Amino acid sequence: MLKGFIEVDIERCKGCELCIGACPPKIACLSMSKQTNKKGYHFMEQTQNSCIGCGNCALMCPDSVITVYRLKK
Amino acid sequence: MSKVIERDGVQYEVIWEKPKGLKEKQMHYCPGCAHSTLEKLIMEVIGEKGLTENTIGVSPVGCSVFAYDYMDIDMQQAAHGRAAAVATGISRVFPDKLVFTIQGDGDLAAIGTAETIHACNRGENIVIFFVNNAIYGMTGGQMAPTTLEGQITSSSPHGRDVKLAGHPIKISELVAQLPGTCFVTRVAVNTPQNVKKTKAAIEKAFNNALDKKGTSLVELVGNCPSGWKMTPVNSYIWWEKNMIPMYPLGVIKDVDNN
Amino acid sequence: MGEIHLMKGNEALAEASIRAGLDAYFGYPITPQSEILEYFSRELPKKGIAFVQAESEVASINMVYGAAGCGKRVMTSTSSPGFSLMMEGVSYIACAELPCVLVNVQRGGPGLGTIQPSQGDYFQAVKGGGHGDYHMIVLAPNSVQEMADMPSIGFELAEKYRIPVLILADGALGQMMEKVEFKEYPKKNIEQNWATVGKPEKRDANVITSLFIESEVMEQVNIKLQKKYEQITEEVEDCELYHADDAEVFIVAYGISSRLAKKAVDLSREKGVRAGLIRPKILWPFPTKVIQKYATQAKGFISLEMSAGQMIEDVKLSLDGSVKSKHYGRMGGMIPAPEDILKEIESML
Repeated sequence: MLKGFIEVDIERCKGCELCIGACPPKIACLSMSKQTNKKGYHFMEQTQNSCIGCGNCALMCPDSVITVYRLKK
Repeated sequence: MSKVIERDGVQYEVIWEKPKGLKEKQMHYCPGCAHSTLEKLIMEVIGEKGLTENTIGVSPVGCSVFAYDYMDIDMQQAAHGRAAAVATGISRVFPDKLVFTIQGDGDLAAIGTAETIHACNRGENIVIFFVNNAIYGMTGGQMAPTTLEGQITSSSPHGRDVKLAGHPIKISELVAQLPGTCFVTRVAVNTPQNVKKTKAAIEKAFNNALDKKGTSLVELVGNCPSGWKMTPVNSYIWWEKNMIPMYPLGVIKDVDNN
Repeated sequence: MGEIHLMKGNEALAEASIRAGLDAYFGYPITPQSEILEYFSRELPKKGIAFVQAESEVASINMVYGAAGCGKRVMTSTSSPGFSLMMEGVSYIACAELPCVLVNVQRGGPGLGTIQPSQGDYFQAVKGGGHGDYHMIVLAPNSVQEMADMPSIGFELAEKYRIPVLILADGALGQMMEKVEFKEYPKKNIEQNWATVGKPEKRDANVITSLFIESEVMEQVNIKLQKKYEQITEEVEDCELYHADDAEVFIVAYGISSRLAKKAVDLSREKGVRAGLIRPKILWPFPTKVIQKYATQAKGFISLEMSAGQMIEDVKLSLDGSVKSKHYGRMGGMIPAPEDILKEIESML
């Protein structure tokens, strides 16, 4: 069962990578895409299932492209 | 109550989503710009506190000139440096409304110094958000009053020479001396923890205005990846190493805790 | 009959503005208009009307922008050097289409000049003054009574057309005392659904701005403004005529000069010279049609101004070469003598 996951509005992502640095090192579930969006930016993706839904990536994201979900207790 | 969704038969809480108060239009800010984060946080607070109908914002000349394209509230766009005077006009005819400005360092600390200081000195019941990224971003990275000593910009190509161009100006410390200000704080959005502190500062400043305590000034020590000619990530490293030592974070004045 | 008082022009203007429903005043001291600021500083707080003595004229006009953007009846006043400082803000106000009333009690320039009355700011008033293609409606009182009448007229026009209205007075009108009658002024009766008042859930956010960065859009904004100015030019005109019917020499004069002109017309008539006066009470839009109507019977026009000759250009444009015309005036705060004006009238025959 996933502890958390994110959804990314990839067309609004500007590829600044601040989310990647904000993801806790032990989790490290994010990486940049090989392909680009319509504006030509590599966008952020969740590539590991280790997400705990801490929300750090969304806090840092200047463009509000990330929605964060966490397992309900 | 937070929103709940179901996935694979399991319930998940929505921990964070784009604030409803942000319009659909994509922000023009460069990748990694702190301006975007600030506007996001302001709209989060306005939404959470249910202040949309009670708020009028003022955008300046500079990078945040288009704030009204993103923030779904009634807004006015002010002439360069004059946002605090425009906010004064609004606040005086609508004393019960929440009135705020967003201004950069060129706008607030150079051309608008008089309007800023006098609005603070009159204790106008407004909130001033001051984004200090030590550069003129919109016009292409020229030296600002807050540019660091030795910092290279497009109009200080040999580095800021303080003998010729003066020293970086510390607006927060200046206005904190004025009896009209009730809350002056310096924040950053370079770490998740600091983002949370920034949001708390916005809440506090808005509460002050709703309680008619006087002027609150929240200085966001920001970055300018394009103006500094760095990647967003490198700008965050430079920000922490150079900007924050010169402009230390923390509450400079709070009349509630004196 | 309304109330009758003996008052200075500046004070009459201030009192009448309050009676006309003023919501806010922002100003800065400068001679010869400081009595307006002082009067408001005394009266407005008592009535719960917003008053700020700003740190500069630059700040005053931007406070006007903010409050006018909220749909309130707002005013500032100044004198010539201060009005120059306001030009940036007036340009923004014109583009953002904010109704407000501005007052320039003119003094002699250029530069710091003199505190004595002058009419040297005509170009600045009627041609725009700040950057970009815009106009203000410009009202020109010539008595303490009209100093009192014009704020209400100004607010009505400002709100009808969403335009800044300038009352272009001068140091003589501001400082002199005359009898003045205060009337019942109409209340604001116009919906301002564009104003920033706080966004209810069910309408889009209102934005007050003069920034339209795409050229295609900015051109359309300009076209819309120009159409509005054309409409105002069609609809708005106010002139006082004096002995115009049979006149063969016309003086065109506004403000304090028009009172000297009237005396000169009387002196001419005593000598059998058929002089007449056209006095624009509204300077922009300029009363071109009135000038053209009387051009058919005239031998010449004199533009009498306390300047080096500014309104003469609009007189000449109106005449379009059909009749000869000239400027006569004094500068630097000097007042033309009716006897000298008479000589100018005679020279046109």
